Amino acid sequence: MSLWYAICNAIPLEMLQWDFMKNALLALLLMAPLFGILSTMIVTGHMSFFSDALGHSAFTGIALGSIFGIAAPTWAAVAFSVFFALLFSYIRRDSNQAADTLIGVFSSAAVALGILVATLGGGSFTKYNKYLVGDVLSITPGEIGMLALVLLAVLVFWCLYANRLTLTAVHPQLASSRGIPVALSQTVFTVAIAVVVTLSISSMGLLILNSLLVLPGAASRNISRNQKQYHLYSVLFALASGLTGLSISYSFGCSAGAAISLVLTLFFAVTYVFRGRNA
Amino acid sequence: MSELHYKDCGHACCLRVENLAVTIGGSQILKDMNLHVHCGEMVALIGPNGAGKSTFLKAILGQRSYTGVIAFSEPGQRSHKPRIGYVPQSPAFDPGEPLSVADLFACCMSKRPAFLGISKAMEEMITTCLDRVHGVDLIHKRVGTLSGGELQRVLLALALEPMPNILILDEPLSGVDAEGMTILMDMLDEIRKTYDLSILMTTHDFSLLPKYADQVVLIDGGIKAKGTAGEVLSSDAFQAIFHMKGGAL
Repeated sequence: MSLWYAICNAIPLEMLQWDFMKNALLALLLMAPLFGILSTMIVTGHMSFFSDALGHSAFTGIALGSIFGIAAPTWAAVAFSVFFALLFSYIRRDSNQAADTLIGVFSSAAVALGILVATLGGGSFTKYNKYLVGDVLSITPGEIGMLALVLLAVLVFWCLYANRLTLTAVHPQLASSRGIPVALSQTVFTVAIAVVVTLSISSMGLLILNSLLVLPGAASRNISRNQKQYHLYSVLFALASGLTGLSISYSFGCSAGAAISLVLTLFFAVTYVFRGRNA
Repeated sequence: MSELHYKDCGHACCLRVENLAVTIGGSQILKDMNLHVHCGEMVALIGPNGAGKSTFLKAILGQRSYTGVIAFSEPGQRSHKPRIGYVPQSPAFDPGEPLSVADLFACCMSKRPAFLGISKAMEEMITTCLDRVHGVDLIHKRVGTLSGGELQRVLLALALEPMPNILILDEPLSGVDAEGMTILMDMLDEIRKTYDLSILMTTHDFSLLPKYADQVVLIDGGIKAKGTAGEVLSSDAFQAIFHMKGGAL
């Protein structure tokens, strides 16, 4: 971290005189490629509601972790989210219900359980507010280290499996005929999303997190013609919105997550207007 | 049912199906299926919707459990392990998906992730594959914007790399206009003659069968008729299933 602080000190920006801003900036530089990359597959695989439901399950996991006195509720949340993701994947394959119906079932059950557990015995819900809204400005060096590890893991996973995941998402029958284990690919990706969502929830908040998982890919999709452009623009949009959103947050004293989300929405609107060239 | 005169068949392009039956969820979809396909033959599987044509193809592909024999040899010979090229029934790709034809090939054939871009060597390989279906100009088009005929040609080019012994196509003519159908069938005819591979395809379009198919198999829960196009299309079973006369085609 001291090297990063030294780099920030060399940049003549007022907001970077504060350690919490330096931490937030580094966290966003790590989150941008993470969300940018995952966003492409979430949009392609029509999983935006699912990633939203995962955010809710992560909150439930945190509430369960707190109530049972687990030292680090984040890990309880990761475990619960992964369990939730695996159970959903199994039932989606086994049931004849539409995916959006099942997501509704799982999402509302997770939220209800989370609220019930959090308020059990007349407990106050206030301490959970940070998981709803999130606060990237209070991220700790330890959490940044965890984000770096997750980014590294996702990059390795992506280099090895992106082709298979793409083929599975766009044409499962074709993927299956090429020897790709479709169900396994879908499950592994689902688990990856569950871990990333859960580890990001305290920084971004479950109410805003999903926009970061959907909007970079959605905006990029408006103007991309191939996978290279799709990934590149998605990561660039995530990066640009992270930096702009952090500046807005510092200047106006508002939530960084909300500012980032709104900047991304603006990117989506602009690319939507200019999508005609790509049609 | 008439017997065809088969060529010598000592390769994996030879398909032998004996007493095949498929049961899914307690209901029998196919039963008592017997069929021989020899190298270089084009065999068309016809039948009404839900007759079990796609199920039969999936059994051959090993994607569906079955009872009976599916072997790739003559009786008494050791079964070869064939390379099977498969062109799946093709729902339209999402038109907005940023996936070029080159990306689709890279996703199927390359270890290098498509999002890092297509290497020169891979692009040359894709060009060679597309050249087989006269589709080199499609390489940078988005898959979702291809016409039905163009998409079938691209999927066919994919199925031909590596060159298979048996090529299986599920409804390749659906969503393809009349001109596209003739182009595609001419291409398949040329490919099977050039590479001596056998072709199995399902279709609902009977008009091209007399010109292109060596053997037509009518399926409805099992094989109801097989033989040349003329024999099957004028058979009682065909008329009973489709309520039409063969002469009307």
